[in-house]
Formats: sequence, structure tokens, C-alpha cells
Amino acid sequence: MKKTFRKIISSQLFRCFFAFFLGIYTQSALATLPIQYWQTSSGTRVYFVESRELPILDISVDFSAGSSADTPEKSGCASLTLQLLDLGAGGLSEDRISKLLADVGAQLSARFDRDRAGVSLRTLSNKNERNQALDVFSKVIQHPEFPEKTIKRERARVIAGLKEAETKPGYIANRTLKKMLYGDHPYGLRSSGEIDTLNRLQRKDLIDFYRSHYSAVNAVISIMGDVSRSEAAAIAEALSKNLPQSNVVNRLPSVTKPIAGIKRIAHPATQSHIQLAYPGLKRDDPDYYPLLVGNYILGGGGFASRLMEEIRQKRGLAYSVHSSFYPLKQAGPFQIGLQTKKEQSEEALMITQKVLTDFVTEGPTKKELIAAKGNIIGGFPLRIDSNKKIMGYLAVIGFYNLPLTYLDDYVSAVDNVTVEQIKDAFQRRVLPDGMVKVIVGAMKKE
Amino acid sequence: MRFNFGSVFHVRRLPVITFILVSMISFEASANPHEYMLANGLKLIVKEDHRSPVVVSQIWYKAGSIDELNGTTGIAHVLEHMMFKGTKNVSSGEFSKQIAAVGGRNNAFTARDYTAYFQQLHKSKLPLAMKLEADRMNNLKLTKEEFAKEIKVVMEERRLRTDDQAHSLVYEKMMAVAYQSHPYRRPVVGWMNDLENMSVHDAQEWYDRWYTPNNAVLVVVGDVNPNEVFSLAKKYYGKIKSRPIVSLISRKPQTEPIQTGIKRLQVKAPAQMPHLIMGYHAPVLHDASADWEPYALEMLVGVLNGNGSARLNKELVRDLHIASSVNAAYDATGRGPGLFFLNGTPSEGKSVAELESALRNEIERLIREGVTEKELIRAKAQVVSGHVFQLDSMFYQAMQIGQLESIGLSYLDIDTIIKKLQAVTAQQIREVAKKYLIDDGLTVAVLDPQPLEKKSATPSSVGLRH
Repeated sequence: MKKTFRKIISSQLFRCFFAFFLGIYTQSALATLPIQYWQTSSGTRVYFVESRELPILDISVDFSAGSSADTPEKSGCASLTLQLLDLGAGGLSEDRISKLLADVGAQLSARFDRDRAGVSLRTLSNKNERNQALDVFSKVIQHPEFPEKTIKRERARVIAGLKEAETKPGYIANRTLKKMLYGDHPYGLRSSGEIDTLNRLQRKDLIDFYRSHYSAVNAVISIMGDVSRSEAAAIAEALSKNLPQSNVVNRLPSVTKPIAGIKRIAHPATQSHIQLAYPGLKRDDPDYYPLLVGNYILGGGGFASRLMEEIRQKRGLAYSVHSSFYPLKQAGPFQIGLQTKKEQSEEALMITQKVLTDFVTEGPTKKELIAAKGNIIGGFPLRIDSNKKIMGYLAVIGFYNLPLTYLDDYVSAVDNVTVEQIKDAFQRRVLPDGMVKVIVGAMKKE
Repeated sequence: MRFNFGSVFHVRRLPVITFILVSMISFEASANPHEYMLANGLKLIVKEDHRSPVVVSQIWYKAGSIDELNGTTGIAHVLEHMMFKGTKNVSSGEFSKQIAAVGGRNNAFTARDYTAYFQQLHKSKLPLAMKLEADRMNNLKLTKEEFAKEIKVVMEERRLRTDDQAHSLVYEKMMAVAYQSHPYRRPVVGWMNDLENMSVHDAQEWYDRWYTPNNAVLVVVGDVNPNEVFSLAKKYYGKIKSRPIVSLISRKPQTEPIQTGIKRLQVKAPAQMPHLIMGYHAPVLHDASADWEPYALEMLVGVLNGNGSARLNKELVRDLHIASSVNAAYDATGRGPGLFFLNGTPSEGKSVAELESALRNEIERLIREGVTEKELIRAKAQVVSGHVFQLDSMFYQAMQIGQLESIGLSYLDIDTIIKKLQAVTAQQIREVAKKYLIDDGLTVAVLDPQPLEKKSATPSSVGLRH
């Protein structure tokens, strides 16, 4: 992805609206998003929404091939495999691929997290443009070549990026926190890999990983935009018929409770980065909605949240403070983060912990719950007001096998949440004293 | 590739704002957008987009850090923060809470040329957004107590975004060198010492001076009826009295003295890799129909940087392995003078000097050989598709209108801009390269990376050993 040269705009706040917390995909339902579903002849699941208003076609293909599919010895293989897909495929050089896409104004992008590796295409829907873009896309996902020279170059770039990241206090805090949170669980693997494991990766590792994890049955295709159902079916067929045939399934162990503790790490930055975490939500979690709504009140709702009120509004301790759930196949992180001037980091941590403890102990007020529901339910249309946003939901519904009515069910599920449910769910699921914590840029080092 | 109509957000990665090819969009009514003027001088522009039952409302004030004076740099941005701190009618923090409670989102941003505030919500809630926004245009209550807390927040923001970010720091210091006298040399967030010495009176003065309907443009995009929006605007904004304001064209030009030789600077900051930024003085768009150079510079960025196979990435990253990343950037719009940027991080084992020399080679080649027809067509294809893709977002459509209006151009220029971009020739690109990418107008900034305390040789475990 291209980095845009940064220009100076300062914003009143980070947008920590809760799209972040429950993942970007926690919205409720505008009742009628007509999702069509079928499987291709090779067993790939397809989710489709027809939309004729703009001459745009969006397609994404997601695989169960995120960083948790790595082994500790080959950490980084999953992410490097994804990165190499469009750098030589189906007889086309990386240069040719870029040019063919650029000539028709198409955009290819990738996403990667602990569970998923996905590739997305956005193209104009006119036949000429569309066909050329789809032809390239189809080669990229079905016939990547992993050229030796390119692997070497990209690996060097990844390692350079890692070394740079390791100087940044926010990155160090997050990395340390995740190690403490997940230990040896595959979710504890660094998504980019480690420098020494990256250095050991061979071309064969990438090819093997691709063959076992980018299989037709492991793939989910989402399509939205200016094509008919039959055109979409033909597209899905063409995108999946030559995917590898493999039955490797990425089975993840449950996440166990972490060993509570705090690490204080020295850093020359002027601010301390403070982060706290605990195992949070699974995608199919029975406590999903109480925790989602409760988190809005605790630290997900921006200026409507308790953390923002206590840390920023009342005391001016930080520019940004928020809490979030990031639901995954197994328990994703529940996380709180803020940054504050070094000298006041212990004070800020203390207040953060008090806000959390009070919330878990007492639960939200009725008034807070009404405001939270007003936002989540009232704001639902904003979550699906563009093709791009709808694509995000389609992909999550498909990847996690959520019901097609997921969006429709959402509003009523949120509406049914009670103060008692939130209090009960937080008390069972979030132990303030059991959290793992990190301060990078601490006054005292441990 | 994109036509960069303004500034890129820090916070969220917004694709850059572009517009549509009207001919490609069948639903696009010719009368859309709609323009209105209130008696008090507030301009309203409404664009219909009926794909979803939502609306975005943005108010743009023609006052940004460019209008600040030495000693109170950052005041435009500080006032933006204070705008959430209550009015005669709404207590501190209530603005955001009321919008949130009806499912809305709201935020604001300050840039060099303007300050803008926005709400996104269900279309039925537009009256609430207007009522609150109009209220704080006129009734803001600035108190010492709230200011004392908020200025601390702003200083934390500065630490987070600039002081502790090596690349931001280099950029900030570079701007202070590239511009000798023009206010663009000062950071939007302000110098720390100015923030430390700022008072609520400074904020009051700024508010009194610039926050008046005749210095603002209201942009509404969404599933709305334009005449109904006009009625709402009259109802809520109409009663606010205008005050005398220095119009954009009457503000002092502060023309930058001509640079007469290369400038260089080094910045030390904690980091692993060095970084290079090269900035050349370049013109910006003043007359969308008559000008041609800014368009040629935009297309030049497309040729250098518009896709994976574009020159800089292909040569420096893919083929020569000199850089691990490299970029070109140029913003054709702005009230003040422009810069054409090249920046990059050298590969491990390569130096910034080698990277600079490779970039200079690319510039020389460009001036010597020009660009190929194929490269140009490819760059133009991105303009076309980019404009269509942007239509997927109401927010960007509003942004584009607001940015142009706030800097003295018009939303009506959008069609012209697209046509002129598509008309750029290879010869024009070569000419602007030759004219502007010259050493006499160049500033080169280098990040000199400093180790984090006494770091050992195995950085992979940093943070885990303590």
C-alpha cells in the first residue's frame, strides 16, 4: 500500500468510534441488505450484493491464512506469501501486473490479520476495464510464482520496516503486550514474522504455504457492485476453479488466561505509551452484544465514553484514550490504550485502572445504556452507506460463517441488551486485576 | 494517482479527494450540486446523493494556520478544540454527546488554509447538527478553566504526532527551512513554546476575528432535498449577524522571496533508518481555466509514483534496490506557495546520499528524455477511475467541495480540473520538470537516526528484554 506523504492537519480527536472496537464490522442491520449466497463448483463460498448505482465493481477473496497459520519456526511466512502474490503470477512479471491494472485504473489491495489474508480488487465495471482487471486478479490469486529474487528483495524491505518499527514506542508497547497476552498461542506470533525466521524462509516455504492455505475450500469470495448475478457467478467461478485443492484447516487452540503483570520499558520519547489487555471476544461469542455495547460506554464511544471523560475531558492527560474488542476466531484482544507525558504516566495508569474497575464492578447506568443504544442503532445506516463499507461486512459474514441475516439481527440484538447483562458479562469476562500491562517510555524501568 | 485537492488527514487514511466524470455517471443531475447564499454571507452548497438515508454536513471557515501570527502559532487548531467546550446554550462536551446519542459522528480538522467541522448522521437528524453547529458559530463560551485543560490535551497531541515521530519532526523542520517568510513555514499544531504561553484571550480573539457566517461555507451532501436544506440553513444560521471580515483576496499575500540556492538540513531523532525528503518550490492553481503548470505537475506525480510500475518504485525499489520505499507528492491547491516533494528511505546498506543521487538521476532523465505516451495514458487512467471511485463516499465529495471553496477556488472548477488533467501533454510534463525541479529551489532534509539509549545489536528483542 502506498504511503501518502504526510501533510499537516491536526484533528480534534482520533476517531475511536467503535468500529474499531468490535472490529470494523460490528454494525447493526439496515434490514434489507440483499445478500445472495452460493458455492462455486470447487467449493468456494460466494457472497454477492448487486448494486447498479455506480459503475464500480468490488471483489475480495479471503483465505484462512493469517498470521496464526504460521508456525513459530516459520513466523512471517503467511504475511510474506500474501505480499508476494501480485509480484509475478501466471506468466506476468510484477511490472506487467502493475501496468495492466494501472492501464484500466484498477486498484489491488491486501489485508492481513491473525485470522485472515485477503486480496481485494476495485475496478470500473465497464466490460473492457473489468475483464482486464479480473484476468490479472485471477492470475494473482491462482497462479502466483514467488520469484526467488523478489522474495529476497521483499524480505529485506520487511526486515527494514521491522527494525524501524522497533524504535517506535507505540509499536514496542503493542508487541510486548501481545506477547504477554498470548504467550505461545498462535495469536502471539508477530504478524510480520521475526527477523531471524524471515531470514530462514525459503521459496519452498511460501509455495507450500500457498498450496495448503490458499485452497478453494478455504476461500471466501465477496462481490459487490455493477454486475448481474450470472456475471458474478461466472466471475466467482473463474476466480476459484484453479485454486489449490487442499483440506488443510487452521485449527486454533483456545486462548488461556494470561499471567497478570506490568512491564515498564525505557524509551527516549517524551510520552509514555500505556496499554492494557485481556483476552476478549470470539466471533461467535455468546457475550458479544453485552460486551460490545458495554465497551462503547467504557471506552469505545469517543467523547461519550467514561475513559475519555476521566482522562482527557476532566484532566487533560491524553489526546487519545480508548478501549476496544477485536473479535477473532478465538478470543481476540480486549485492549485499552493511551499516551501521556512521561511524568504523569503512573497517574494516568492509575486513573485508567480505576475507571475500568468501577465499570466492571458497578456496570453502566441506565442513562448511559440508552445513549449507547442510540448511537449504535441510530448510527447503523452510516455503517453501510458505501459499497466499500458493505464489502467489509460481506467479507466478515462470509469468512466467519455468520448468518446472512447477521446485519438484520444486529439492531434487535443491541436493543435487547440490559444493564444487568453488561455488568454480568464484564464481571465474568474482564478481570481488571488479571490484565497484562505495558508502559513504554516509563519513568522507572523494570 | 489522484488530484490532490488539499490535505491528507493524519488521523484516518482518507483517500485523496477527487471528483467525477459527469458523463460517466448516468444519475448525475446537471443541476447538482446546488448553490445558495444567505443574507448574512454564508454560502451553502448542497449535493444530492440518494444511495443511503444519510447526510454529511461540513462547515468550512476560511481561517487556518496561514492566518496566524508569530507568538500564537497553533491558535487556529486550539480554537478548534475549544469549539467543543460549550456555548451559552450547550455545556462543555455536550455537543459530541448529543450527536453521538442520535447515532451521529462528528469531528473537526484544522489545516494550513482552513478549519472545518463536520457531522455525519441519519438524514432525519440534520436539523440537530445544524442547530448545534450554528449555535457555536456565534455563542461559544471560552473559559479559563476549560482552556487550561484543553491546552494540555493539545500539547499531548503535539508530542504524539510530532515530537515523538521522527519523520514528522523532519517534515516540520524542513518546512521551516524551505519557506523563508511565508507562514507555511510554521506547523499547524503550533510551536510548543507558543502553546505553553497561549491564553484563553488568544482563543477569544481568534474566534471573534474569523468565526462569522461571511467567512464560512456550509457543504451538505446526502439523501436530502436541496431547498429543504436551504430552509434549515436559513432557520439556524440565518439569524447570525455577519461581521466585517478581511476577504481571502484582501489578505496579505506574504509572497515567498525567491530561493537562490540549495538548502540542506539534518535532523537527529530516535530511529533505525535514515530518511530523505527533497522539496522543490512549485506553483499552485489560481485560475483553473488559464493555468496549466499545476496540472502538469500533478500528472508528473502520477508518472513517477502513480502505480507499482511507475518510475520511482520500478527503478529505485524494484530494479536497483536503492530504496525500501520512495514517494513523490504534490498538492496543486492551496492559498500559499506549493512544494513538489520526493521522499524515501534507503535500503539497508545504502546511504541517503546514494538515494538522493538516484532521485536526481530520475529527475535528469525526465528533463532529458521526457515521459512516454504510455506512461502518460496510464497516469490519466488513474485520474478517471479515481474520480469514479471517490463517488462511493459522500464524505469525500463534501470534502472536495469544501476544500476548493475555502481556498478561493470554486466547486464549479471541478469539471475544468478533470478536463485539464486529461489534456496534459508529455511535453508539458517535461517543461515543468525542467522549470521547477532545479537545485536553486530545492531543500533537502535528512533524518540522522539516533539509537534508543544504549541499544544492543539485536533489536529484534527490543522491549522484551527489560
